[in-house]
Amino acid sequence: MKEYILLFRHENANGKVSPEQMQQWMKQQMDWVAGIAAQNKFVSGTGLLFEDAKVVNHQKMITNGPFGDIKETLGGYVIVKAESAEEAAEFAKGTPILMGEGNTVEVRQILTH
Amino acid sequence: MAENDIIPHLFRTEYSKMVSVLTKSFGIEYVELAEDIVSETFMLALDVWPFKGLPTNPTAWLYTVAKNKVKNHYLRNNTFKKKVRHILEMGMLPEEISIDFSEKNIVDSQLQMLFAICHPSISVESQICLALRILCGLGLDEIADAFLSNKENIHKRLQRGKKKLKQLGIKIEMPAENDLNERVDAVLHTIYLVFSEGYYSESNSRIIRSELCADALNMAYLILSNSNTNLHSTNALLSLMCFQSSRLEARMSDHGDIILYDDQDRNLWDKELIEKGFYFLQQASKWDITSQYYIEASIAYWHTVESTHPDKWTSILLLYDVLLTINNSPVVSLNRIWAYSKVHGALQAIDEAESQDLKTNHFYFMLMAELCRHFDEGIAIQYLSKAYALCKTNAEKDLIQLKIVALQTKQMV
Repeated sequence: MKEYILLFRHENANGKVSPEQMQQWMKQQMDWVAGIAAQNKFVSGTGLLFEDAKVVNHQKMITNGPFGDIKETLGGYVIVKAESAEEAAEFAKGTPILMGEGNTVEVRQILTH
Repeated sequence: MAENDIIPHLFRTEYSKMVSVLTKSFGIEYVELAEDIVSETFMLALDVWPFKGLPTNPTAWLYTVAKNKVKNHYLRNNTFKKKVRHILEMGMLPEEISIDFSEKNIVDSQLQMLFAICHPSISVESQICLALRILCGLGLDEIADAFLSNKENIHKRLQRGKKKLKQLGIKIEMPAENDLNERVDAVLHTIYLVFSEGYYSESNSRIIRSELCADALNMAYLILSNSNTNLHSTNALLSLMCFQSSRLEARMSDHGDIILYDDQDRNLWDKELIEKGFYFLQQASKWDITSQYYIEASIAYWHTVESTHPDKWTSILLLYDVLLTINNSPVVSLNRIWAYSKVHGALQAIDEAESQDLKTNHFYFMLMAELCRHFDEGIAIQYLSKAYALCKTNAEKDLIQLKIVALQTKQMV
Protein backbone atom coordinates (compact mmCIF):
# COMPACT_ATOMS: atom_id res chain seq x y z
CA MET A 1 0.00 0.00 0.00
CA LYS A 2 1.36 3.42 -0.97
CA GLU A 3 0.72 6.80 0.59
CA TYR A 4 -0.62 9.77 -1.31
CA ILE A 5 -1.03 13.38 -0.33
CA LEU A 6 -4.13 15.17 -1.53
CA LEU A 7 -3.52 18.94 -1.64
CA PHE A 8 -6.53 21.23 -1.63
CA ARG A 9 -6.39 24.46 -3.57
CA HIS A 10 -9.18 27.03 -3.41
CA GLU A 11 -10.02 29.78 -5.77
CA ASN A 12 -11.45 33.04 -4.56
CA ALA A 13 -14.97 32.21 -3.38
CA ASN A 14 -16.07 35.69 -2.43
CA GLY A 15 -19.84 35.93 -2.58
CA LYS A 16 -20.19 32.75 -4.57
CA VAL A 17 -20.46 30.34 -1.68
CA SER A 18 -23.17 30.83 0.88
CA PRO A 19 -22.42 30.25 4.55
CA GLU A 20 -24.99 27.47 4.50
CA GLN A 21 -23.03 25.78 1.73
CA MET A 22 -19.85 26.22 3.74
CA GLN A 23 -21.50 24.59 6.72
CA GLN A 24 -22.62 21.72 4.55
CA TRP A 25 -19.13 21.32 3.09
CA MET A 26 -17.65 21.18 6.53
CA LYS A 27 -19.99 18.35 7.47
CA GLN A 28 -19.35 16.57 4.17
CA GLN A 29 -15.63 16.95 4.63
CA MET A 30 -15.86 15.29 8.02
CA ASP A 31 -18.02 12.50 6.59
CA TRP A 32 -15.59 12.09 3.73
CA VAL A 33 -12.63 11.74 6.07
CA ALA A 34 -14.63 9.33 8.26
CA GLY A 35 -15.40 7.25 5.14
CA ILE A 36 -11.72 6.92 4.28
CA ALA A 37 -10.83 6.20 7.91
CA ALA A 38 -13.47 3.44 7.98
CA GLN A 39 -11.48 1.65 5.27
CA ASN A 40 -8.37 2.11 7.37
CA LYS A 41 -6.85 4.29 4.67
CA PHE A 42 -6.73 7.67 6.38
CA VAL A 43 -3.25 8.64 7.56
CA SER A 44 -3.52 12.30 8.55
CA GLY A 45 -4.74 15.67 7.40
CA THR A 46 -5.43 19.24 8.39
CA GLY A 47 -5.50 22.80 7.16
CA LEU A 48 -2.38 24.82 6.56
CA LEU A 49 -2.10 28.17 8.27
CA PHE A 50 -0.22 31.07 6.80
CA GLU A 51 0.30 32.38 10.29
CA ASP A 52 4.01 32.56 11.09
CA ALA A 53 4.81 30.78 7.86
CA LYS A 54 8.50 31.06 6.91
CA VAL A 55 10.55 30.61 3.81
CA VAL A 56 14.20 29.74 4.14
CA ASN A 57 16.29 30.43 1.05
CA HIS A 58 19.55 28.90 -0.16
CA GLN A 59 21.55 31.42 1.85
CA LYS A 60 19.74 30.22 4.98
CA MET A 61 17.93 33.54 5.14
CA ILE A 62 14.61 33.22 6.89
CA THR A 63 11.82 35.36 5.54
CA ASN A 64 8.17 35.46 6.35
CA GLY A 65 6.03 33.56 3.92
CA PRO A 66 5.06 31.86 1.72
CA PHE A 67 2.32 34.24 0.85
CA GLY A 68 -0.50 32.31 -0.64
CA ASP A 69 -2.18 34.49 -3.15
CA ILE A 70 -5.41 35.72 -1.66
CA LYS A 71 -7.21 34.50 -4.72
CA GLU A 72 -5.74 31.03 -4.74
CA THR A 73 -4.89 29.33 -1.53
CA LEU A 74 -3.20 26.09 -0.65
CA GLY A 75 -5.57 25.45 2.16
CA GLY A 76 -5.03 21.95 3.46
CA TYR A 77 -4.10 18.39 2.82
CA VAL A 78 -5.05 14.83 3.57
CA ILE A 79 -2.72 11.84 3.43
CA VAL A 80 -4.33 8.56 2.44
CA LYS A 81 -3.22 5.00 1.82
CA ALA A 82 -4.03 3.66 -1.63
CA GLU A 83 -2.96 0.95 -4.04
CA SER A 84 -2.52 3.41 -6.91
CA ALA A 85 -2.74 7.06 -7.86
CA GLU A 86 -6.07 6.19 -9.49
CA GLU A 87 -7.49 4.97 -6.22
CA ALA A 88 -6.19 8.06 -4.43
CA ALA A 89 -7.76 10.24 -7.12
CA GLU A 90 -11.05 8.40 -6.59
CA PHE A 91 -10.85 9.39 -2.93
CA ALA A 92 -10.17 12.96 -3.97
CA LYS A 93 -13.39 13.04 -5.98
CA GLY A 94 -15.33 12.71 -2.76
CA THR A 95 -14.21 15.92 -1.08
CA PRO A 96 -16.73 18.77 -1.04
CA ILE A 97 -13.84 21.16 -1.72
CA LEU A 98 -14.40 20.30 -5.38
CA MET A 99 -17.92 21.72 -5.29
CA GLY A 100 -16.33 25.15 -5.41
CA GLU A 101 -15.82 26.24 -8.98
CA GLY A 102 -12.11 26.52 -9.77
CA ASN A 103 -11.01 24.50 -6.77
CA THR A 104 -8.66 21.60 -7.37
CA VAL A 105 -7.15 18.67 -5.53
CA GLU A 106 -3.61 17.73 -6.42
CA VAL A 107 -2.70 14.05 -5.87
CA ARG A 108 0.96 13.19 -5.27
CA GLN A 109 2.53 9.99 -4.10
CA ILE A 110 4.66 10.23 -0.99
CA LEU A 111 7.83 8.24 -1.38
CA THR A 112 8.10 6.19 1.78
CA HIS A 113 11.13 4.02 1.03
CA MET B 1 -18.35 19.65 16.41
CA ALA B 2 -20.71 22.20 17.94
CA GLU B 3 -23.98 23.42 16.46
CA ASN B 4 -24.89 22.67 12.89
CA ASP B 5 -25.14 26.28 11.91
CA ILE B 6 -21.95 27.68 13.36
CA ILE B 7 -20.62 28.89 10.01
CA PRO B 8 -23.80 30.65 8.83
CA HIS B 9 -24.06 32.17 12.29
CA LEU B 10 -20.48 33.42 12.28
CA PHE B 11 -20.81 34.59 8.72
CA ARG B 12 -23.90 36.66 9.46
CA THR B 13 -22.30 38.34 12.46
CA GLU B 14 -18.64 38.57 11.48
CA TYR B 15 -18.46 39.06 7.72
CA SER B 16 -19.74 42.62 7.82
CA LYS B 17 -17.65 43.52 10.86
CA MET B 18 -14.43 42.24 9.33
CA VAL B 19 -15.01 43.73 5.88
CA SER B 20 -15.92 47.11 7.42
CA VAL B 21 -12.88 47.22 9.69
CA LEU B 22 -10.49 46.17 6.91
CA THR B 23 -11.97 48.58 4.37
CA LYS B 24 -11.78 51.41 6.87
CA SER B 25 -8.12 50.57 7.42
CA PHE B 26 -7.24 50.34 3.71
CA GLY B 27 -9.60 52.87 2.15
CA ILE B 28 -12.67 52.29 0.00
CA GLU B 29 -10.65 51.44 -3.12
CA TYR B 30 -9.68 48.22 -1.39
CA VAL B 31 -13.17 47.09 -0.51
CA GLU B 32 -12.86 44.05 -2.78
CA LEU B 33 -9.55 43.08 -1.26
CA ALA B 34 -11.20 43.26 2.16
CA GLU B 35 -14.04 41.04 0.96
CA ASP B 36 -11.59 38.55 -0.54
CA ILE B 37 -9.56 38.37 2.64
CA VAL B 38 -12.61 37.76 4.80
CA SER B 39 -14.04 35.25 2.40
CA GLU B 40 -10.76 33.33 2.28
CA THR B 41 -10.59 33.42 6.05
CA PHE B 42 -13.85 31.50 6.15
CA MET B 43 -12.56 29.07 3.53
CA LEU B 44 -9.55 28.34 5.69
CA ALA B 45 -11.88 27.49 8.56
CA LEU B 46 -13.29 24.82 6.27
CA ASP B 47 -9.83 23.33 5.87
CA VAL B 48 -8.94 23.31 9.51
CA TRP B 49 -12.06 22.88 11.60
CA PRO B 50 -13.16 19.51 10.21
CA PHE B 51 -9.89 18.02 11.49
CA LYS B 52 -9.16 20.00 14.60
CA GLY B 53 -12.66 20.78 15.77
CA LEU B 54 -13.94 24.26 16.50
CA PRO B 55 -11.47 26.66 18.11
CA THR B 56 -12.38 27.72 21.64
CA ASN B 57 -13.10 31.20 20.38
CA PRO B 58 -14.05 30.97 16.69
CA THR B 59 -14.43 34.74 16.34
CA ALA B 60 -10.93 35.40 17.66
CA TRP B 61 -9.64 32.68 15.31
CA LEU B 62 -11.25 34.45 12.34
CA TYR B 63 -9.80 37.84 13.35
CA THR B 64 -6.30 36.39 13.75
CA VAL B 65 -6.39 34.61 10.41
CA ALA B 66 -7.72 37.73 8.68
CA LYS B 67 -4.94 39.86 10.22
CA ASN B 68 -2.35 37.40 8.99
CA LYS B 69 -3.81 37.43 5.53
CA VAL B 70 -3.49 41.21 5.55
CA LYS B 71 0.17 40.96 6.58
CA ASN B 72 0.84 38.43 3.85
CA HIS B 73 -0.77 40.63 1.26
CA TYR B 74 1.10 43.67 2.50
CA LEU B 75 4.42 41.90 2.20
CA ARG B 76 3.98 40.55 -1.26
CA ASN B 77 2.14 43.38 -2.94
CA ASN B 78 4.28 46.49 -3.35
CA THR B 79 1.60 48.75 -4.76
CA PHE B 80 -0.68 47.91 -1.90
CA LYS B 81 2.22 48.44 0.48
CA LYS B 82 3.01 51.91 -0.81
CA LYS B 83 -0.56 53.04 -0.87
CA VAL B 84 -1.68 51.83 2.51
CA ARG B 85 1.49 52.40 4.47
CA HIS B 86 0.49 55.83 5.72
CA ILE B 87 -3.11 54.76 6.30
CA LEU B 88 -2.18 51.80 8.43
CA GLU B 89 0.38 53.97 10.18
CA MET B 90 2.80 51.13 10.32
CA GLY B 91 6.52 51.21 10.45
CA MET B 92 8.56 49.05 8.20
CA LEU B 93 7.81 45.71 9.73
CA PRO B 94 4.71 43.69 9.02
CA GLU B 95 4.58 42.62 12.66
CA GLU B 96 3.53 46.15 13.45
CA ILE B 97 0.55 46.19 11.16
CA SER B 98 -2.35 46.63 13.45
CA ILE B 99 -5.87 45.93 12.42
CA ASP B 100 -8.14 47.05 15.21
CA PHE B 101 -10.89 44.52 15.86
CA SER B 102 -12.01 46.18 19.09
CA GLU B 103 -15.75 46.38 19.71
CA LYS B 104 -15.72 50.16 19.33
CA ASN B 105 -13.80 50.20 16.07
CA ILE B 106 -16.04 47.47 14.67
CA VAL B 107 -19.23 49.43 15.36
CA ASP B 108 -17.71 52.72 14.14
CA SER B 109 -16.43 51.09 10.96
CA GLN B 110 -19.77 49.46 10.20
CA LEU B 111 -21.67 52.70 10.72
CA GLN B 112 -19.24 54.71 8.60
CA MET B 113 -19.38 52.02 5.94
CA LEU B 114 -23.17 52.35 5.93
CA PHE B 115 -22.85 56.09 5.33
CA ALA B 116 -20.31 55.53 2.55
CA ILE B 117 -22.52 52.97 0.80
CA CYS B 118 -25.61 55.16 1.12
CA HIS B 119 -23.84 58.17 -0.31
CA PRO B 120 -26.31 60.28 -2.34
CA SER B 121 -24.25 59.91 -5.52
CA ILE B 122 -24.73 56.12 -5.56
CA SER B 123 -27.94 54.87 -7.19
CA VAL B 124 -30.44 53.51 -4.71
CA GLU B 125 -30.41 50.06 -6.38
CA SER B 126 -26.65 49.87 -5.93
CA GLN B 127 -26.93 51.13 -2.36
CA ILE B 128 -29.30 48.31 -1.50
CA CYS B 129 -27.12 45.67 -3.14
CA LEU B 130 -23.96 46.99 -1.50
CA ALA B 131 -25.61 47.15 1.90
CA LEU B 132 -26.93 43.59 1.60
CA ARG B 133 -23.60 42.26 0.38
CA ILE B 134 -21.15 44.16 2.56
CA LEU B 135 -23.13 44.97 5.69
CA CYS B 136 -25.45 41.97 5.85
CA GLY B 137 -23.14 39.34 4.35
CA LEU B 138 -25.71 38.09 1.84
CA GLY B 139 -24.42 36.12 -1.12
CA LEU B 140 -25.14 36.95 -4.76
CA ASP B 141 -27.67 34.12 -4.95
CA GLU B 142 -29.61 35.40 -1.98
CA ILE B 143 -29.70 38.97 -3.26
CA ALA B 144 -30.77 37.75 -6.69
CA ASP B 145 -33.48 35.67 -5.05
CA ALA B 146 -34.79 38.68 -3.10
CA PHE B 147 -34.95 40.85 -6.22
CA LEU B 148 -36.18 38.11 -8.55
CA SER B 149 -33.09 38.79 -10.59
CA ASN B 150 -30.04 36.72 -11.49
CA LYS B 151 -26.53 36.57 -10.10
CA GLU B 152 -25.01 38.32 -13.12
CA ASN B 153 -27.26 41.35 -12.82
CA ILE B 154 -26.64 41.65 -9.10
CA HIS B 155 -22.92 41.30 -9.71
CA LYS B 156 -23.04 44.12 -12.26
CA ARG B 157 -25.02 46.32 -9.92
CA LEU B 158 -22.48 45.73 -7.16
CA GLN B 159 -19.60 46.48 -9.50
CA ARG B 160 -21.20 49.72 -10.63
CA GLY B 161 -21.68 50.77 -7.02
CA LYS B 162 -18.11 49.95 -6.04
CA LYS B 163 -16.72 51.71 -9.10
CA LYS B 164 -18.63 54.84 -8.15
CA LEU B 165 -17.41 54.64 -4.55
CA LYS B 166 -13.83 54.49 -5.83
CA GLN B 167 -14.22 57.15 -8.50
CA LEU B 168 -15.64 59.64 -6.05
CA GLY B 169 -13.05 58.69 -3.45
CA ILE B 170 -15.73 58.46 -0.80
CA LYS B 171 -14.21 58.38 2.65
CA ILE B 172 -15.29 55.93 5.29
CA GLU B 173 -16.12 58.47 7.94
CA MET B 174 -19.03 60.13 9.67
CA PRO B 175 -20.76 62.84 7.61
CA ALA B 176 -20.05 66.46 8.50
CA GLU B 177 -22.32 67.81 11.20
CA ASN B 178 -24.29 70.18 8.98
CA ASP B 179 -25.04 67.30 6.58
CA LEU B 180 -25.82 64.80 9.27
CA ASN B 181 -29.62 64.93 9.32
CA GLU B 182 -29.85 64.74 5.57
CA ARG B 183 -27.36 61.87 5.37
CA VAL B 184 -29.12 59.95 8.13
CA ASP B 185 -32.40 60.37 6.26
CA ALA B 186 -30.82 58.96 3.12
CA VAL B 187 -29.48 55.94 5.00
CA LEU B 188 -32.84 55.36 6.68
CA HIS B 189 -34.56 55.55 3.32
CA THR B 190 -32.32 52.78 1.96
CA ILE B 191 -32.81 50.71 5.10
CA TYR B 192 -36.57 51.03 4.77
CA LEU B 193 -36.36 49.95 1.13
CA VAL B 194 -34.45 46.84 2.22
CA PHE B 195 -37.12 46.22 4.83
CA SER B 196 -39.99 46.72 2.38
CA GLU B 197 -38.28 44.45 -0.11
CA GLY B 198 -38.44 41.77 2.58
CA TYR B 199 -41.89 42.61 3.86
CA TYR B 200 -43.63 42.99 0.51
CA SER B 201 -41.24 40.90 -1.55
CA GLU B 202 -42.53 38.82 -4.41
CA SER B 203 -39.83 36.28 -3.73
CA ASN B 204 -41.24 32.95 -2.71
CA SER B 205 -38.46 32.30 -0.28
CA ARG B 206 -39.74 32.87 3.23
CA ILE B 207 -36.22 32.71 4.59
CA ILE B 208 -34.84 35.44 2.40
CA ARG B 209 -37.81 37.65 3.24
CA SER B 210 -37.43 37.52 7.00
CA GLU B 211 -33.67 37.79 6.50
CA LEU B 212 -34.09 41.14 4.74
CA CYS B 213 -36.38 42.45 7.49
CA ALA B 214 -33.92 41.37 10.18
CA ASP B 215 -31.02 42.92 8.26
CA ALA B 216 -32.87 46.22 7.97
CA LEU B 217 -33.54 46.21 11.71
CA ASN B 218 -29.87 45.47 12.43
CA MET B 219 -28.70 48.34 10.27
CA ALA B 220 -31.14 50.68 12.01
CA TYR B 221 -29.79 49.53 15.39
CA LEU B 222 -26.33 50.39 14.13
CA ILE B 223 -27.43 53.98 13.51
CA LEU B 224 -29.11 54.12 16.88
CA SER B 225 -25.93 52.96 18.62
CA ASN B 226 -24.16 56.25 17.87
CA SER B 227 -25.32 59.21 19.96
CA ASN B 228 -24.91 61.57 16.99
CA THR B 229 -27.27 59.57 14.83
CA ASN B 230 -29.73 58.53 17.52
CA LEU B 231 -32.33 60.95 16.15
CA HIS B 232 -36.09 61.28 15.97
CA SER B 233 -36.21 59.73 12.51
CA THR B 234 -34.01 56.78 13.52
CA ASN B 235 -36.30 55.90 16.44
CA ALA B 236 -39.44 56.47 14.38
CA LEU B 237 -38.30 54.15 11.59
CA LEU B 238 -37.17 51.49 14.06
CA SER B 239 -40.56 51.67 15.74
CA LEU B 240 -42.34 51.30 12.40
CA MET B 241 -40.20 48.34 11.34
CA CYS B 242 -40.64 46.63 14.72
CA PHE B 243 -44.43 46.91 14.52
CA GLN B 244 -44.48 45.66 10.94
CA SER B 245 -42.03 42.83 11.66
CA SER B 246 -44.21 41.68 14.53
CA ARG B 247 -46.79 40.63 11.94
CA LEU B 248 -44.37 39.01 9.52
CA GLU B 249 -45.15 35.43 10.57
CA ALA B 250 -48.90 36.00 10.68
CA ARG B 251 -48.84 37.69 7.30
CA MET B 252 -47.91 34.64 5.29
CA SER B 253 -49.58 31.26 5.09
CA ASP B 254 -47.59 28.05 4.98
CA HIS B 255 -47.97 28.12 1.22
CA GLY B 256 -46.58 31.62 0.85
CA ASP B 257 -49.96 33.31 0.35
CA ILE B 258 -50.60 36.75 1.81
CA ILE B 259 -52.92 36.84 4.80
CA LEU B 260 -54.57 40.23 5.26
CA TYR B 261 -54.63 42.03 8.59
CA ASP B 262 -58.26 41.15 9.42
CA ASP B 263 -57.68 37.44 8.86
CA GLN B 264 -54.38 37.16 10.72
CA ASP B 265 -53.97 34.91 13.73
CA ARG B 266 -53.09 37.39 16.46
CA ASN B 267 -51.34 34.66 18.42
CA LEU B 268 -48.68 34.67 15.74
CA TRP B 269 -47.88 38.34 16.32
CA ASP B 270 -44.52 38.75 17.97
CA LYS B 271 -45.19 40.39 21.36
CA GLU B 272 -41.57 41.26 21.96
CA LEU B 273 -41.32 43.20 18.71
CA ILE B 274 -44.57 45.01 19.50
CA GLU B 275 -43.10 46.08 22.83
CA LYS B 276 -39.93 47.25 21.13
CA GLY B 277 -41.98 49.16 18.57
CA PHE B 278 -43.81 50.90 21.38
CA TYR B 279 -40.55 51.69 23.15
CA PHE B 280 -39.00 53.32 20.07
CA LEU B 281 -42.23 55.20 19.38
CA GLN B 282 -41.97 56.73 22.84
CA GLN B 283 -38.29 57.52 22.25
CA ALA B 284 -39.15 59.22 18.95
CA SER B 285 -41.81 61.34 20.66
CA LYS B 286 -39.13 62.98 22.81
CA TRP B 287 -38.26 65.22 19.89
CA ASP B 288 -40.70 68.03 19.29
CA ILE B 289 -41.11 67.12 15.64
CA THR B 290 -43.10 64.69 13.57
CA SER B 291 -42.28 62.74 10.46
CA GLN B 292 -43.76 60.31 8.01
CA TYR B 293 -42.13 57.35 9.79
CA TYR B 294 -43.51 58.61 13.10
CA ILE B 295 -47.09 58.87 11.81
CA GLU B 296 -46.84 55.49 10.11
CA ALA B 297 -45.42 53.94 13.27
CA SER B 298 -48.28 55.46 15.27
CA ILE B 299 -50.78 53.94 12.82
CA ALA B 300 -48.97 50.60 13.10
CA TYR B 301 -49.19 50.91 16.88
CA TRP B 302 -52.98 51.38 16.76
CA HIS B 303 -53.23 48.29 14.58
CA THR B 304 -51.86 46.24 17.46
CA VAL B 305 -54.69 47.48 19.69
CA GLU B 306 -57.83 45.32 20.03
CA SER B 307 -60.66 46.25 17.66
CA THR B 308 -62.97 46.76 20.62
CA HIS B 309 -60.99 49.82 21.76
CA PRO B 310 -63.35 52.80 21.18
CA ASP B 311 -60.59 55.17 20.00
CA LYS B 312 -58.85 52.76 17.65
CA TRP B 313 -60.29 53.70 14.27
CA THR B 314 -60.91 57.38 14.97
CA SER B 315 -57.25 57.67 15.97
CA ILE B 316 -56.11 55.82 12.87
CA LEU B 317 -58.30 58.01 10.65
CA LEU B 318 -56.91 61.14 12.24
CA LEU B 319 -53.36 59.92 11.71
CA TYR B 320 -54.11 59.20 8.04
CA ASP B 321 -55.46 62.73 7.68
CA VAL B 322 -52.11 64.03 8.93
CA LEU B 323 -50.14 61.55 6.83
CA LEU B 324 -51.95 62.76 3.69
CA THR B 325 -50.62 66.26 4.31
CA ILE B 326 -47.06 64.85 4.31
CA ASN B 327 -47.45 62.19 1.65
CA ASN B 328 -50.42 62.60 -0.65
CA SER B 329 -50.20 59.28 -2.44
CA PRO B 330 -52.88 56.87 -3.69
CA VAL B 331 -51.76 54.19 -1.21
CA VAL B 332 -52.20 56.55 1.75
CA SER B 333 -55.57 57.75 0.41
CA LEU B 334 -56.84 54.19 0.03
CA ASN B 335 -55.72 53.22 3.52
CA ARG B 336 -57.39 56.36 4.83
CA ILE B 337 -60.66 55.35 3.18
CA TRP B 338 -60.47 51.96 4.85
CA ALA B 339 -60.09 53.71 8.24
CA TYR B 340 -62.91 56.06 7.18
CA SER B 341 -65.20 53.08 6.58
CA LYS B 342 -64.46 51.77 10.06
CA VAL B 343 -65.52 55.10 11.56
CA HIS B 344 -68.33 56.25 9.25
CA GLY B 345 -69.51 53.00 7.70
CA ALA B 346 -68.99 51.37 4.30
CA LEU B 347 -71.63 53.39 2.40
CA GLN B 348 -70.10 56.75 3.25
CA ALA B 349 -66.65 55.34 2.53
CA ILE B 350 -67.78 54.30 -0.96
CA ASP B 351 -68.91 57.91 -1.64
CA GLU B 352 -65.60 59.18 -0.25
CA ALA B 353 -63.63 56.79 -2.47
CA GLU B 354 -65.62 57.62 -5.62
CA SER B 355 -65.12 61.35 -5.05
CA GLN B 356 -61.36 60.87 -5.48
CA ASP B 357 -59.36 59.98 -8.50
CA LEU B 358 -57.86 56.70 -7.32
CA LYS B 359 -58.82 54.19 -9.98
CA THR B 360 -55.24 53.74 -11.16
CA ASN B 361 -54.24 50.62 -9.28
CA HIS B 362 -55.63 47.29 -8.16
CA PHE B 363 -55.74 48.26 -4.49
CA TYR B 364 -58.58 50.67 -5.31
CA PHE B 365 -60.68 47.88 -6.78
CA MET B 366 -59.83 45.52 -3.93
CA LEU B 367 -60.90 48.15 -1.44
CA MET B 368 -64.15 48.85 -3.30
CA ALA B 369 -64.91 45.13 -3.43
CA GLU B 370 -64.34 44.91 0.30
CA LEU B 371 -66.65 47.86 0.97
CA CYS B 372 -69.39 46.55 -1.35
CA ARG B 373 -69.35 42.87 -0.57
CA HIS B 374 -71.90 43.07 2.24
CA PHE B 375 -74.49 44.81 0.05
CA ASP B 376 -73.89 43.51 -3.42
CA GLU B 377 -71.80 40.44 -4.12
CA GLY B 378 -72.17 40.85 -7.89
CA ILE B 379 -70.60 44.31 -7.91
CA ALA B 380 -67.92 43.16 -5.48
CA ILE B 381 -66.99 40.35 -7.88
CA GLN B 382 -66.77 42.85 -10.76
CA TYR B 383 -64.40 45.01 -8.74
CA LEU B 384 -62.29 42.00 -7.85
CA SER B 385 -62.06 40.96 -11.50
CA LYS B 386 -60.74 44.42 -12.36
CA ALA B 387 -58.22 44.16 -9.52
CA TYR B 388 -57.17 40.71 -10.78
CA ALA B 389 -56.49 42.08 -14.24
CA LEU B 390 -54.37 44.93 -12.88
CA CYS B 391 -52.29 43.25 -10.18
CA LYS B 392 -48.85 41.95 -10.97
CA THR B 393 -47.79 39.36 -8.44
CA ASN B 394 -48.93 35.77 -8.26
CA ALA B 395 -49.47 35.92 -4.51
CA GLU B 396 -51.94 38.78 -5.03
CA LYS B 397 -53.64 37.06 -7.95
CA ASP B 398 -54.16 33.97 -5.79
CA LEU B 399 -55.54 36.06 -2.97
CA ILE B 400 -58.01 37.85 -5.27
CA GLN B 401 -59.04 34.58 -6.92
CA LEU B 402 -59.84 33.13 -3.50
CA LYS B 403 -61.98 36.14 -2.67
CA ILE B 404 -63.89 35.82 -5.97
CA VAL B 405 -64.58 32.14 -5.37
CA ALA B 406 -65.74 32.84 -1.82
CA LEU B 407 -68.20 35.48 -3.06
CA GLN B 408 -69.45 33.26 -5.89
CA THR B 409 -70.09 30.46 -3.40
CA LYS B 410 -71.95 32.88 -1.16
CA GLN B 411 -74.07 34.04 -4.11
CA MET B 412 -75.14 30.50 -4.84
CA VAL B 413 -76.28 29.78 -1.28
